[in-house]
Amino acid sequence: MINIQKLNKFYNTTKVLDNVSIDIQKGEIFAIVGHSGAGKSTLMRCINGLEDYSDGSLKVNGKEINELSKENLREFRKNIGMIFQHFSLIQRKTVFENIALPMQLWGYSKKEISKKVNELLSLVGLDTKLNAFPNELSGGQKQRVAIARALTLDPDILLSDEATSALDPNTTTAILNLLKTINEKLNITIVLVTHEMEVVKQVAQRALLLEHGNIIGFDDTEELFLKPDEKMKEFLGETEVVPNVGINIKIYFPKDNVFQSFITKMARELDMDFDIVWGKLEEINTHIVGNMVINIKNEHKEKVLHYIKQHNIIWEVI
Amino acid sequence: MLDILLPALGQTVYMSLISTTLAVIIGFALAIVLILTSKDGLRENQTIYSMLDVVINTLRSFPFIILMIVLFPLTKFLIGKSIGTTAAIIPLTIGAAPFVARLIESALKEVDKGVVEAAKSFGASDFQIIFKVMCVEALPSIISAITLTLITVIGFSAMAGAVGGGGLGDIAIKYGYYRFQTDTMMYTVIILIALVQIVQSLGDYLYKITKK
Repeated sequence: MINIQKLNKFYNTTKVLDNVSIDIQKGEIFAIVGHSGAGKSTLMRCINGLEDYSDGSLKVNGKEINELSKENLREFRKNIGMIFQHFSLIQRKTVFENIALPMQLWGYSKKEISKKVNELLSLVGLDTKLNAFPNELSGGQKQRVAIARALTLDPDILLSDEATSALDPNTTTAILNLLKTINEKLNITIVLVTHEMEVVKQVAQRALLLEHGNIIGFDDTEELFLKPDEKMKEFLGETEVVPNVGINIKIYFPKDNVFQSFITKMARELDMDFDIVWGKLEEINTHIVGNMVINIKNEHKEKVLHYIKQHNIIWEVI
Repeated sequence: MLDILLPALGQTVYMSLISTTLAVIIGFALAIVLILTSKDGLRENQTIYSMLDVVINTLRSFPFIILMIVLFPLTKFLIGKSIGTTAAIIPLTIGAAPFVARLIESALKEVDKGVVEAAKSFGASDFQIIFKVMCVEALPSIISAITLTLITVIGFSAMAGAVGGGGLGDIAIKYGYYRFQTDTMMYTVIILIALVQIVQSLGDYLYKITKK
């Protein structure tokens, strides 16, 4: 659906996107993750032509964005809704008028507009706030209005630019659940840009990690978190603190394995004591995944590794 | 005394309202061109922007009394004579229009960039972004700008006496200063204070009801 090939972008002489290639599938929730200045918002803005790119190719439904004329680009943007970190609502218009604006500009009839706006208001759960002004709403409510506005023209794709970054954790979860509902109910592809790992874990099926305009990781979300590579670890800012005597073995729990009491079973069956020195469990897309580091004596290495291999567990010595 | 003050008040109101209206129309158009062509504007064009910038700054640097004299030929061409109340409207308009342009430009500049970007994201045209988004959002500031302009023009119009434009300022000089009629001078000043007060209160009220 969104096809990006060897995309490059420069601001003057600074390279902000470096050879980025990704394919975003229809119907998925795709996250672009990175620290500030990593180029993630720029990459997203290339998708709806708010920014242009220097070379490479970016096609949405087979259309090359850089080749669209100004008029065609306007028309094309009807197909891509967008929401923003600071909501970007018109302060002097009511909730109804804000949501109605895109349809008004595209010349829909009053009747169509009223029907659509009311439908969307109940979808986002703001039926009662029809005539409120944005400054009478909470952050979460403002974002709901913005989401409704982004959906008025029946887009196939919804772009979310740090849409939850200005919200508290509970509101973030509520908004993410709404996005999930929209994704499932309306079958809208969602591309979200965020610097919050929690957001990625909660909704994204696949994620792309950007650093200085380079892709440093690209995988299913579960894979990324289950078995993070060096760069990902650095990105997450976590390093294990483990003893420097004996042997440290890291055992990964893919989603099906978590609660099979592997560790205690191993201790019992091998009749061996070891220390659990590090561990982490996480909920990703409602699955629990995690890893644990055990510290064993040097002479037990063979036995333990043999046992682990037998049980088809992902592991590494660190 | 009333037979002197009332016509003068009429002339001041007439000159100020007409010139402010014309200045707002011209200034608004200029402000839109400035916003469109400014850096990162919807139709960025450095040549047009810098040219306009220089013209506006030049007009704004003229002392008003000098501007009136410089504009004599133009006034004569447009009105048919270069003195009188109606003739004073031309320099007042040309003096105030660049001022309005700057005020409205900054009012439009204040509009949240994110709102403009959102409008682009749902396919609004440049025309729609300016008139249906930016002007709507900036309306309270534009009202403040017009209020400020009207009051400034009332002040400028006091100098219109120099070209036979009449008005309250003219009375204050002719009767109050040259003929030592202190009471006449006092009355004109009081009327001017009341006039400015009324305009400002009305402007504040309109600002309040449009600001959400």
